[in-house]
Amino acid sequence: MDDRRSTAAGAVIGVAVMAAVDEIVFHQVLGWHHFYDRSTPSVALLSDGLLHAAELLALVGGFFWFADLRRRGVLAARSAWGGFLLGAGAFQLFDGIVDHKVLRLHQIRYGVHLLPYDVVWNVAGAVLLLAGAALTWRAWSRPAGTP
Amino acid sequence: MTVGADPLPLAAVALLASAYLFGVSRDRRGWRRRRTAAWLAGCALLAAALGPPALLPPGPSGHMAQHLLLGMLAPVALVFGAPVTLLLRVARPPVRRAVGRLLRSRPVHLLGHPATAVLLGTGGLYLVLLTPLYAAAESHRWLHHGLHLHYLLAGYLFAWSVAGPDPAPRRPGLPVRAGALFVAAAGHAVLAKYLYARADTLPPGLDGRDVAALREAARLMYYGGDLAELLLATALFAAWYRRRAPRAGGRAGTPPHTRPIGRLASHDHAGEYWRA
Repeated sequence: MDDRRSTAAGAVIGVAVMAAVDEIVFHQVLGWHHFYDRSTPSVALLSDGLLHAAELLALVGGFFWFADLRRRGVLAARSAWGGFLLGAGAFQLFDGIVDHKVLRLHQIRYGVHLLPYDVVWNVAGAVLLLAGAALTWRAWSRPAGTP
Repeated sequence: MTVGADPLPLAAVALLASAYLFGVSRDRRGWRRRRTAAWLAGCALLAAALGPPALLPPGPSGHMAQHLLLGMLAPVALVFGAPVTLLLRVARPPVRRAVGRLLRSRPVHLLGHPATAVLLGTGGLYLVLLTPLYAAAESHRWLHHGLHLHYLLAGYLFAWSVAGPDPAPRRPGLPVRAGALFVAAAGHAVLAKYLYARADTLPPGLDGRDVAALREAARLMYYGGDLAELLLATALFAAWYRRRAPRAGGRAGTPPHTRPIGRLASHDHAGEYWRA
């Protein structure tokens, strides 16, 4: 079992899956997020592009990394789940705080009172992150030899 | 759009497809069907991009679709067809030696480096779309064809240098190639959103600017690029996955293939994926 690599691979996939959920659900299906809004500064476009490219590589690379650990029989499932939640929560919080609030790339939804949306968004991210941290902690601290 | 279907590029595409099929018919050892399929798919994408404009949506989006097909999707498909490997298998020894020398030469090494490919491909895109070059190509037939050829060649060079199955001596390792793919993908996404944001002035010098249509085209550029980048990333990481296979497969540490191409391709990990 390789807890460190399992957690890391899970985290890479978690970040990428959360980013994909954001892109598919909030941009495409619900149409809440805007592709671009007028108040977006240029530096946010740069960060958006870098993040978009990183997500794409993380999604593909993460799955092959995961598959490699599994094939070698060193995948620790609980650690991988912990990493997945850590990654997903970290991305959600980063998106909610840095992308939406600091860089003002776009908002969660337009034409509504934003505060409840921002609160739910970031609390959801924090809950995912904490659940991931707890799961990873438990997986890492179990006695050696147990699954 | 000012330049409609032109028989010249279509004839060139037909020539590409026929030459490849001729090569396949000469290969007695049996050429893999999925490679032939990839090459023919690439030719079909080129034909769709260069053929009757009716195949593509009208306006800037159609133009963008054409560029995505020419510069990203068709090159990826063509690269997976491994034409150089086919040539090395069916050509006579003097030709094979010449190709081998060419591939090992310093200029090709520099040209085939992923960084060069990013500069020519993504850099070229910035040059075209942020300067009056784009507007000029709308009205000059040869400039238009020249740009299309540039998109295709730069796209091919990039796909080959990052994840192509053809031999690529002294190809850098996974981190450099993944890094190049990252820079190209980010550069493409940033340019697309920038064009969206500045559709009222970019690309400069257009007559009869339709801002909404240009925005639609920029959005297509953003998401269309993802498709080609996902394919390349899959090829790149799948090759890494195969390379790390347990030793039962006899991969790590064993001498490379005994075929002449094997020596050329000793660092060609992507090749092992598509070849095996």
